[in-house]
Amino acid sequence: MMILQPIGRTFLQFVGTLGRLALFSGAALSHIVRPPFYARVILRQMIEIGYLSMPIVGLTALFTGMVLALQSYTGFARFSAEGAIANVVVLSMTRELGPVLGGLMVAGRIGAAMAAEIGTMRVTEQIDALETLSTNPLKYLVAPRLLAGLTMLPLLVFVADIIGVFGGYLVSIYKLGFNPANYLQNTWDFLQLQDVISGLVKASVFGFIVTLMGCYHGYHSAGGAQGVGSATTNAVVSASILILCFDYILTEMFFAR
Amino acid sequence: MSAAAPKIRLKGVRKSFDRKIVLDGVDLEVGVGESVVIIGGSGVGKSVLLKCILGLLPPDAGSIQIDGQEVIGLRSRDREQVNRKFGMLFQGAALFDSLPVWENVAFGLLAQKRATRAAAKEIAIAKLSQVGLGPEVADLSPAELSGGMKKRVGLARAIASEPEIIFFDEPTTGLDPIMSDVINDLIAKITRDVGATGLSITHDMASARKISDRIAMIHAGKIVWSGPTSTIDKSGNDYVDQFIHGRAEGPIKMAVRL
Repeated sequence: MMILQPIGRTFLQFVGTLGRLALFSGAALSHIVRPPFYARVILRQMIEIGYLSMPIVGLTALFTGMVLALQSYTGFARFSAEGAIANVVVLSMTRELGPVLGGLMVAGRIGAAMAAEIGTMRVTEQIDALETLSTNPLKYLVAPRLLAGLTMLPLLVFVADIIGVFGGYLVSIYKLGFNPANYLQNTWDFLQLQDVISGLVKASVFGFIVTLMGCYHGYHSAGGAQGVGSATTNAVVSASILILCFDYILTEMFFAR
Repeated sequence: MSAAAPKIRLKGVRKSFDRKIVLDGVDLEVGVGESVVIIGGSGVGKSVLLKCILGLLPPDAGSIQIDGQEVIGLRSRDREQVNRKFGMLFQGAALFDSLPVWENVAFGLLAQKRATRAAAKEIAIAKLSQVGLGPEVADLSPAELSGGMKKRVGLARAIASEPEIIFFDEPTTGLDPIMSDVINDLIAKITRDVGATGLSITHDMASARKISDRIAMIHAGKIVWSGPTSTIDKSGNDYVDQFIHGRAEGPIKMAVRL
């Protein structure tokens, strides 16, 4: 019996968390479409997530594209299949690495900041203060962040895709000595609209995951500075794991026939 | 709603966390325009009681009426309507640190779109001068303020939407005696000026005497004594006597292991 107890308790806690998370996100999502809307807050979050994350996501994409070209060259050269490098780079970037690496970088940058900010607001009674000022904290704090995550991540990843392909192009042309026209032709020929779209849908889901985890853990943090610290950690870790998990699920949905 | 309906009426309010009973049937009435202070030691449920009235915590049982309207179990939109009658000064002021001082003060007006930004800023500056702060404070960020200034800004925010009821959570905690007195004077003056009903919780007796018409003492989740402030020294209640004289010996046992 002593062995079963902790298993059961852990399972019940897990189910409880899942339920709270579902209620939390359902309530917050409903506030996205119900007035009043806080345009200034939404705009500020969009700038924070979309514009200010551009440098790190762009750098990540640039180096990923460059490494992809270099690595696949060493591999493909053994089969004299160097011509496939362009396809490998563009397909890997758009379908997989753009959204996943972009999502992970944003989880570190945005998820952590959100959990810390909202967590501090919780422990210093600022969230209570919102309610006494007749402002729903889910509507004022959470809904704008979720909306910004849902809409800004696809834009961010779209730019990252382009930068990544450009990184592969740079290495292929200037280091590996490919013909620029051929390389671009190869890139373009094998790319389908679905590859890009699926990547952007993934990005939107990841944006939702990152902001939801940041808000949820921050909102429910308790116990002063230590509570805010663990909320921040939990937000980043859970967002990262969920991103990788949902990456598989979404890939399965898009491409498994 | 009769004319004599109290502003706030609590009946048998109970609240417990897990197995720990915090409020064990609290009855309290606060009349229109009256200023009531609830005193009691640390951890006897003062803050929980305030949070129940504000709707931040749901009580387990009992009834809370504001202007004769039952507020327990209200839907969130109706709750927001009730909360518009409220102003609240938090213990740590709870200013929004992402916003400048004037946006903090005018937050309620801006959030409910009751004023344009320019008009809201003017109102904010007027409210700041009411609490003795100059217009140059308006554009500072809350992080640049001292503890006493934060409390004043918090007070300005609490009165900005001209509430009918103002709540004060430990208004003098963390302030030096002189600043405490300044804040007490402000609270007494402002609640009188706007004609608001006041409900405060504190364990600072100097503050309680200064800002209240009536004092209620809470202990072990119940109101054990309540009466006009002038009679507190002759209450004849052992709990009150022990508390106002700050004695370690008496009916109130602190959960301290020596």
